[in-house]
Amino acid sequence: MDLISSLALGFATALTPENLFYCFVGVLLGTLVGVLPGIGPTATIAMLLPVTFNFEPVTALIMLAGIYYGAQYGGSTTAILINLPGESSSAVTAIDGHEMARGGRAGAALATAALGSFFGGIVGTFVVVLFAPALASVALGFGSAEFFSLVVLGLIASIALARGSMLNALAMIVLGLLFGTVGQDIYTGTPRFTFGARELFSGINFVSVAVGIFGIAEILRNLEGDATRSVAIKTVKNLWLTRMDARSIVAPVLRGTALGATLGVLPGAGHVLASFGSYSVEKRVSKRPDTFGHGAIEGVAGPESANNAAAQTSFIPLLTLGLPAHPVMALMLGAFIIHGIIPGPNVIKDEPALFWGLIVSFWIGNVILIMLNLPLIRIWVKLLTVPYNILFPAIVAFACIGTYSLNQNPFDVFAIAFFALLGYILVKLGCEPAPLLLGFVLGPLLEQHLRRALIISQGDPSVFVTRPISLVLLIAAVGALLIAVLPSIRKQREVVFQEEDPV
Amino acid sequence: MPRSHKDILAGLVFVGFGMAFAVLALGYGIGTTVRMGPGYFPFFLGGALALIGALIVARGVLAGEEGAIGDIPWRAVGLILGAIVVFGLTVRGLGLIPSTFATALMSAFASRRAGVLSAVAVAIGLTVLCVLIFVIALSLRLPLVGNWIRF
Repeated sequence: MDLISSLALGFATALTPENLFYCFVGVLLGTLVGVLPGIGPTATIAMLLPVTFNFEPVTALIMLAGIYYGAQYGGSTTAILINLPGESSSAVTAIDGHEMARGGRAGAALATAALGSFFGGIVGTFVVVLFAPALASVALGFGSAEFFSLVVLGLIASIALARGSMLNALAMIVLGLLFGTVGQDIYTGTPRFTFGARELFSGINFVSVAVGIFGIAEILRNLEGDATRSVAIKTVKNLWLTRMDARSIVAPVLRGTALGATLGVLPGAGHVLASFGSYSVEKRVSKRPDTFGHGAIEGVAGPESANNAAAQTSFIPLLTLGLPAHPVMALMLGAFIIHGIIPGPNVIKDEPALFWGLIVSFWIGNVILIMLNLPLIRIWVKLLTVPYNILFPAIVAFACIGTYSLNQNPFDVFAIAFFALLGYILVKLGCEPAPLLLGFVLGPLLEQHLRRALIISQGDPSVFVTRPISLVLLIAAVGALLIAVLPSIRKQREVVFQEEDPV
Repeated sequence: MPRSHKDILAGLVFVGFGMAFAVLALGYGIGTTVRMGPGYFPFFLGGALALIGALIVARGVLAGEEGAIGDIPWRAVGLILGAIVVFGLTVRGLGLIPSTFATALMSAFASRRAGVLSAVAVAIGLTVLCVLIFVIALSLRLPLVGNWIRF
């Protein structure tokens, strides 16, 4: 099928009234949770995933994806107006965006963020359209050895790009892999680590894990301070750019989009890295680097384009290889599986309507988002005044009902409490939770391909290095590990991630 | 004198989980590399986790960065985790409406600034909202009132 007819199929799928409606619902919810501090897209998608069980698979995926990239728009609004990034990738937007707002240029900052995001999202989707099919056809030739090496590469790369201690991230991944082994063994049916509980035979429900460590543990952290969010929001006016502003954001938006589209494909915190990378690039090429940190419009335009381009291209590894680049993609992987579709190179061939419909919905979603964000910005600003003591009981209740409704199994609800506690303790002890979820989702995949590859090769472990693609992937994994360990690069990495903590 | 309590505690958590998984995995049969038993993968991963945990403990003793663990909101932790467990225990017997109300009420009290009236109001509002969203809008088939209180 050529590109034109594929895209036509995509538009035909994405433009049905039902899919259009849920695309709208998705990006609307995404904007909402992006604006609301204390709840992010990961927890939201985890809570809503069970609800989409009765939907058509493509409808469910369109909505869940919309929540993710919609949150990238919403996150920048809070970053600019109250210096409180709703999303980690918009932390860098807060630096100059909030300065602009304090200088009375909130409208220009918001418009820049929205336009940059829009451009990044649209172009990022083009990148997906152009490269995903090619990558999928390469991956069609992959055997178990290649998939094993690919998962290893994905896991290692996500450590290399994660912030904080590498050793801690590695431990979190392994712990996640181990939780992934709970349940019946795929080859022998032996129940593992179930303590006789029949509810655990099919494994720990990954919705419980995600809701626990990203939703509830986050609430516990927020309740530490119990701080009042008194936000003095001034009215936003002049929501448009002067001609000079417009001219000065063109180049940063283009550079940011290119950088973001490239880095988004990488596993780990690709989109966070993209926005920080873009910020430092803009600062370096600027004729007036001293304005950065004091309301430079380029410091908003570049990173915002970068993180939205990255948000779209991070779908590439999932759609073509079945490899999630970050926790949200791990949840999307789960959404595919709940609907009986195994993500990977076969999706494009077996489910062309779903594949192209989902990708085309990114364009539609981005158009809806810019319409939602620019004219309605005043409504989103009002949302910031929703008190947290109403918000967090709502999250707890939604999490319980959503998770329970998936299998009507109280055990899944208890698992939320367990993972919330574990996640909270580990975060308190300086361990980021994202690698745990990635490990948990990829654990069964890793074990299955390892065992299958070794059965086929009759126990000869050299199969991983004698098959050329597998060898290349493993070399890349070693390279990623070296990059993370090498002192000079390590230092730079620390600089990049240090700025991430909001002031 | 240990330098980082965070590292030492985190390392011990990992050592504990690693050892537990590895020891339990022994009971499932390790097998050989050709025919891996159900215990093979978790056994070696558990061992690896225990090792990494030990390294983190060592780093904490020798070279860790100092950092305070900070306050722990015991009341919030207890009430919120309790609220989730209560939901799991009662949703079958009591049904959606009473369970949601109990869970929302318990969580609402987790905030230090919550008064009785405002917590009850939040809980009632949320219960109505949840029924509207999950039962009416999304038509999930969950019993609104369970067997325990049906006559």
